[in-house]
Amino acid sequence: MSERVLMCGNEALAEAAIIAGCDAYFGYPITPQNEIPAYMSRRMPEEGRVFVQSESELAAISMVFGASATGKRTMTSSSSPGISLMQEGISYLAGAELPAVVVNVMRGGPGLGNIGPSQCDYFQATRGGGHGDYRTIVFGPSSVQELVDCMPLAFDLADQYRMTVVVLADGILGQMMEPIVLEKKPGRELPPKDWALTGAKGREQNIVRSLWLPEGSLEKHNNKLQAKYEQVQKNEVLCEQYEVDDAEIVVVAYGVAARVVRAAVNKARENRIKAGWIRPITLWPFPTEQISKAADEFRIFLTVEMSNGQMVEDVKLAVAGKAPVLLHGRPGGGVPTVDEILDKIKQLSIPTKS
Amino acid sequence: MTANGFYEEIIIAGFGGQGIMLTGRLLAQTAMEAGKEVTYMPSYGAEVRGGTANCMVVLANEPIACPVVGRPDSLIVMNKASLNKFAPRLKTGGLLIMNSSLIDTEPQLDDSIEIITVPADELAVELGSPKSANMVALGAYLQKRGHLTPDAAAQALPDVLAKRYHKTLPVNAEALRRGAEFAKACCTSRAKKQ
Repeated sequence: MSERVLMCGNEALAEAAIIAGCDAYFGYPITPQNEIPAYMSRRMPEEGRVFVQSESELAAISMVFGASATGKRTMTSSSSPGISLMQEGISYLAGAELPAVVVNVMRGGPGLGNIGPSQCDYFQATRGGGHGDYRTIVFGPSSVQELVDCMPLAFDLADQYRMTVVVLADGILGQMMEPIVLEKKPGRELPPKDWALTGAKGREQNIVRSLWLPEGSLEKHNNKLQAKYEQVQKNEVLCEQYEVDDAEIVVVAYGVAARVVRAAVNKARENRIKAGWIRPITLWPFPTEQISKAADEFRIFLTVEMSNGQMVEDVKLAVAGKAPVLLHGRPGGGVPTVDEILDKIKQLSIPTKS
Repeated sequence: MTANGFYEEIIIAGFGGQGIMLTGRLLAQTAMEAGKEVTYMPSYGAEVRGGTANCMVVLANEPIACPVVGRPDSLIVMNKASLNKFAPRLKTGGLLIMNSSLIDTEPQLDDSIEIITVPADELAVELGSPKSANMVALGAYLQKRGHLTPDAAAQALPDVLAKRYHKTLPVNAEALRRGAEFAKACCTSRAKKQ
């Protein structure tokens, strides 16, 4: 299967998960990601794998916990309000060091919000989201192809680091159709799942738990998790940049917003404005180093987000006061236009004499 | 249009049952098979429940910025509500394909906009396939824009039409051609001003 096919993001990521060897999918419907469970309900049984439409999001994430504890590749998907409901389970997955892939096709919030596209769950995704001192790896793909490409990597990273990987899409990415190529590529070499609950015949019992009562044991466990997160931060950052070297204005954006930024920066260059962009692909680990390096020379940073400004805080942490960091945010389903971002860039640029 | 050339943003709108989504997907599929960059974005919001349907298609020779179209270069409208909603958003110099079978008014638009009125339902009925009005309108659009041919669309049709409807492939191909012929014969209600 290497021909280009036209698929919507939701169905494409579902097929990519199947190709990546997802053994079990558990989920509860919510717009704008209903095509994922609908597709999985047909395809997973065809492949002899597990599909369960759960009675709630809480049940879905708990089923993910159970299936993952047996060493199976497992995932769930939902949209913002449903992901909020899953936070307890995600925290337990982190505590028990179980691999899982969680797809969030974000919609407008807070509360039930609307079903428009949004990037308003950045804080929730990149800060763990539930209670406790933990992290999740977060992908912020910006095209249907990239959504497809990050699925096998999400499963591999989940297994390698025994943690939850969140794929943070939005209503546009889930609903839009784009030509994609679906193909199975060789994955990472992964450690054996010798911690899994597979029946203790002939070996010591394995215990999967997030409860650490003896004095000092939880602190030790937390330090172990922290060391793991530091490895992820060191090794797994993905980021793309364009024309940053001579740029006076660097626009930082991810996901769908980054597509619009790319077009706006191209137009700015046509207008002889020295603009460039940095696009984080992993939102956690965040490309702090790349942004910090770009800020070593004086430039203006403009963050464009479909929210009232969340990633902008990570950009500020990376820039660390070396340069101004501004925000152009569109919350509640608003999508920035090319002209709108171009106007912002023009306002920030130093006029050149022609 | 950009420095790299071709960049066309289209909105297709009508009511549920007119095959609006299929028309958009067919346009996107045809463009993909012709090697173009393309995005297709369906309306999935609350308005879908109200009976209206629209989708947005972007065709280009370069990576597409955003699949959400604010101001289209071209608009295909199959009913009056859609005309009222989307026509004011057309870009200067844009193209409006209007289903005159269900729209009895002449929209008050900027003189730069080219308006093609196509009696899509009547033409589809003449072909013995009333449901093919969408294909008639798409054929007219393809003829006017000239970047893809109605025959290429007919060839892409099996890829987007559910198998159970494949017996309608010939009549839909015919509807695409009929729409193109109608547009070619120039039913422009007013000349495009340069």
